[in-house]
Amino acid sequence: MADRERLVNITLALIVPACALAAYGMGEPFYVTLATRIAILALAATGLNLALGLGGLVSFGHAAFFGIGGYVAGIFATHAFNQIPLLVSPVTLMATNQMPVIWLVSAVVAGLVACLIGLISLRTSGVYFIMITLAFAQMIYYFAISWPAYGGEDGLSITVRNGFPGLNTLDPLNFFLIAYGLLLLALSAFSQLRDSRFGAALQATRQNEVRVASIGIRPLRIRLVAFIISGMITAIAGALFADLNRFVGPSMLSWSMSGELIVLIILGGTGRLFGPVAGAILFVLFEFALGGLTEHWQLFLGLILLAVVLFGRGGLVGLLAGKVRHG
Amino acid sequence: MSSALLIEQALNGLQFGVMLFLMAAGLTLIFGVMGVINLAHGSLYMVGAFACAAVAAYTGSFWLGLVASLIAAAAAGAIVEVTVIRRLYNRDHLDQVLATFALILIFSEGTRWVFGSFPLYLDIPKVLQGAISLPGGAQYQLYRLAIIGAGLVVAIGLYLLIAKTRLGMRIRAGESDREMISALGVDIASLNTIVFALGAALAGLAGALVGALQSVQVGMGEPVLILAFVVIVIGGIGSIKGALAGAILVGVVDTMGRFLLPQLFTLFMQPSQAATAGAAIASMLIYIVMAFILAVRPKGLFAVNA
Repeated sequence: MADRERLVNITLALIVPACALAAYGMGEPFYVTLATRIAILALAATGLNLALGLGGLVSFGHAAFFGIGGYVAGIFATHAFNQIPLLVSPVTLMATNQMPVIWLVSAVVAGLVACLIGLISLRTSGVYFIMITLAFAQMIYYFAISWPAYGGEDGLSITVRNGFPGLNTLDPLNFFLIAYGLLLLALSAFSQLRDSRFGAALQATRQNEVRVASIGIRPLRIRLVAFIISGMITAIAGALFADLNRFVGPSMLSWSMSGELIVLIILGGTGRLFGPVAGAILFVLFEFALGGLTEHWQLFLGLILLAVVLFGRGGLVGLLAGKVRHG
Repeated sequence: MSSALLIEQALNGLQFGVMLFLMAAGLTLIFGVMGVINLAHGSLYMVGAFACAAVAAYTGSFWLGLVASLIAAAAAGAIVEVTVIRRLYNRDHLDQVLATFALILIFSEGTRWVFGSFPLYLDIPKVLQGAISLPGGAQYQLYRLAIIGAGLVVAIGLYLLIAKTRLGMRIRAGESDREMISALGVDIASLNTIVFALGAALAGLAGALVGALQSVQVGMGEPVLILAFVVIVIGGIGSIKGALAGAILVGVVDTMGRFLLPQLFTLFMQPSQAATAGAAIASMLIYIVMAFILAVRPKGLFAVNA
């Protein structure tokens, strides 16, 4: 069974870049952008999969981290383009348009916010946790709307996509490779974490909190660390997403974005390494195929999702590679 | 700042709180009895508003529209319970979140399909148009006062229903032990449908009442739904009393914060900066209040012993 999952994973890992390369070769940059979108959404959902899939923390507020990453990218791009320092006192701080720095800043800011949200929300569990993460994400959403310095309700356009040393990010294939490379990095980090002592402890807190506590591991600390790492990965995806669209707005922070990230994981397979990738492929293809047929494609997405939740558990990876034996 | 303005804003806060209570009462009842988190509650609010606007536009009577909103929302709630929610009782919260998220997509797109993307408008009924004078010289919109009155009547009615009637007794019994009351011969399936339809009707009523103050459009339910979540998290999930206290608190804090904070900030900031900063902080205020309450009482103000 494990071999079958490996086969499915390798297929999924190869199919996205193969399609992107083929589209690029045939001079169809639109499909390269579609593949980039898949890679970025899969990266965001991989972050969430760490908290939700391994830790059982149903965060309905991961759009907060996604949006924070997006706003960091947008703010840096605007400041760098206009040559306005980010900070004047106590030290003058110039903005950069280099992606690695932006990713680092996104991850640090999102990590701090995740730490604050986690400290309050992880004291609760179940429905409370769902509602509180949703409420905090909504708080940041309203802050972004009512703070006019960076576009408020209208959002922020990124005039020139941020750069990456040695690559031309304006070329769709180069940008795809950056996003896809980060996705592979995140997937390998996810699998390392899952098989580490930390990952074992995290999965154990999901299965039985009392037993974990009784052998001397503090569930709160394990969950908090998982929640922070999860938010950081999602924030880096958010920075890429803003660069992909050359725009960041409050919609990246909205509750429906949080919902979509959960949907990606469920469509693909909860807690599975390649679940988010499979989910992102399905989601973007649904959006593209159904969106071409009818403007009411979300109605059909809702029906499909309802059917998956009620009748087809385990998602696409579960369907292809079989169910996991342990719960 | 005049006292008349202050009274007006306080009443606005109360009206907002009462409206949130109508939403939160249904949510907390459904969670208390069935253990289900229903994200689609905001869609039922939207169904009520659309039913009221459509019937009022067709017949010319707001009151017929109000009746229609109750019937439409209760019917939508009952259908949703029988077809979808019933299958989720023994599932984990993740499945409930996803299934009801799917319902939001279906309701929103379905409504957009039928009514189009343009908002509908609903007029305030003739009897309730105009303003009345309050002590202290303030003028206040009669319709908003009527909403406050209607909300308080519903709160008392709900209390009587739950504390004094046979149905209420079954609801309370269902909250404490589902298996036991079904073993005692109560038809738990139809009790669930009734509770869900009741919660839906309250949400539909809220939608219809607010529809006359704002425009009726797709997506109007979700911001209110999220505030209703904040309300029941503050009040304690499953507690109607907590929902009332939480709703009034959230309504008043939010409205007064938006009114007072920008003025407060002018004491130590330039007026333009104070307006921006005040508005930004005010939009986050209720979430900050929620965080503080949770830090002190993680299960809410009126926690129900589970």
